[in-house]
Amino acid sequence: MSVAAPPQTPPRRVGSDVPFLLGLSLLGCTYLLLIILMLAADLSFTTPGHLWQALASREIQYAVKLSLVSCSITTILSLWVGVPLGYLLSRQQVPGKWLVEAIIDIPIVLPPLVVGLSLLILFMTPPGRALENVTRSHMGFVLAFIVLPLALGPGLLLAIKIVFAALGEAFPISGAIAWPMAIGIGVVTVFLLAATGLGGILEPWCQRHFGTSITYAIPSVILAQFSVSCAFAVRTMRVTFDQINPRAEQVALTLGCSRSQAFWMVVLPEAKRGLLTAATLAWARALGEFGPILVFSGATRMKTEVLSTTVFLELSIGNIEAAVAVSLIMVLAALVVLVIVRLFGVRDARVL
Amino acid sequence: MIAVSNLLVAQGNFSLRDVSFTVPTGQYGVLMGRTGSGKTTLLEVICGLRRVLSGRVQLLDRDVTALKPAERGVGYVPQDRALFATMTVREHLAFALEVRRWSRSAIRERVAELAQLLGIDELLHRYPVGLSGGEAQRVALGRALAMRPGVLLLDEPLSALDEGTREEMFDLLRAVRKQTEVTVLHITHSPSEAQRLADRVYLLRQGRVEEVADVQAPATDTRIQLP
Repeated sequence: MSVAAPPQTPPRRVGSDVPFLLGLSLLGCTYLLLIILMLAADLSFTTPGHLWQALASREIQYAVKLSLVSCSITTILSLWVGVPLGYLLSRQQVPGKWLVEAIIDIPIVLPPLVVGLSLLILFMTPPGRALENVTRSHMGFVLAFIVLPLALGPGLLLAIKIVFAALGEAFPISGAIAWPMAIGIGVVTVFLLAATGLGGILEPWCQRHFGTSITYAIPSVILAQFSVSCAFAVRTMRVTFDQINPRAEQVALTLGCSRSQAFWMVVLPEAKRGLLTAATLAWARALGEFGPILVFSGATRMKTEVLSTTVFLELSIGNIEAAVAVSLIMVLAALVVLVIVRLFGVRDARVL
Repeated sequence: MIAVSNLLVAQGNFSLRDVSFTVPTGQYGVLMGRTGSGKTTLLEVICGLRRVLSGRVQLLDRDVTALKPAERGVGYVPQDRALFATMTVREHLAFALEVRRWSRSAIRERVAELAQLLGIDELLHRYPVGLSGGEAQRVALGRALAMRPGVLLLDEPLSALDEGTREEMFDLLRAVRKQTEVTVLHITHSPSEAQRLADRVYLLRQGRVEEVADVQAPATDTRIQLP
């Protein structure tokens, strides 16, 4: 009697993978096509003549200028907050961190109009009104007697430090003395301003040039842009710091650095790409901001009109050519940002 | 001297309990343990990078348990070397000296001396990217030694090196020891490293450290054969 060997499973035949991949490609391509067709349609709708005409208009020139200035200020403010917050979120383990992260995501998921409305309501509350009263009526005093002395102390020390660094010498003033010195310089400045009567000239001058309301004025444009852009800067910087090996920072600590020195000497130089990405993203985001600005700043020509407002205003009066021309300017700016981020920025999809 | 006494460290689901050992001043101590036994954690504790629940760390007769990493005066070479991506090799060697505000000429002298000792004269202008494993290890070692620390902590300095480079590093570590009289704690899972370099051998097992009486034992003693 022979025992039959168990039959071997015949090798399986598998069909071609081509239909599967082709199907995926076809579905994906519809979206690609949509984007390309949209831009192509814009291009076909406008002529260089329309573009020049739009750019020659005084209102649109103002909008371009306000957009450039407000977006740049917004970018600086966003980095100013995004770098420290991103670093803390990346390196510190604190209870309730998840809550902080969730709060920072709110501006990203909130409908833009709601952001604008919330800002408007905020400036109708007593603290908001008080702040607006200060910027409208007491801006000269704030700038001349508070901001200037505060800036002068650290500014002077920084200048000395840069000179010493350029000469290749160690900065002779240690941190323990630097702060009292900065405060001292500030106090002396206030005293000099008051005693010489220089403050009496500076204060009205600052008031005349910088005194402004917040709502329905330029500060509201920047604030509206900042409230959303900053969230992107924080996210980008957080991912950037996450990607930097904390070990290098720890080694710097063992080599004699304080946390602050390790941050400035080791971490921040390595975060250069991330800084650039955060800046361009914040800038692009600010440029496209519309809803919050419409609600919080209004759409007054030659006052709070940025490029996105222009598109809206031109459309509303039926001037589609001008609207498309201005849109193309914004498309161009967006493309430049995209190229900068692709070429020099961090390669991580999580930031978006 | 590197002295650790009654150390208690908790980290996630694993802990070091009642760890005590002493490496006498000027000696070369090798601490052996399996991957995941807490060797790196122990080094981090000595550096001051990780907090202890209880116990003491003494370096050269100084109780450093409450001191910041910067105040402990240890040269630390982590396993991944963690070189500074934006700095040249020269800047690595000068880093601790710049932080200590040495004069320019003193820094130049010390950097030249270190480059000579480590054989990295040719690399001074290079950035970490593109350095070979052995070269990166020398730079990390130089960065740690620049400020003439009393204590040198090496985390798996010879793993991930090819055979030839490893031989060079053996010679280099011996040379460093001879010239600097630094007290060394070298962490490894390789018995042969212990045999070739150690004055003292310690074993980290299940959260405890014991000293091996016979330095030459690791290769033969089956009790401490590590995978």
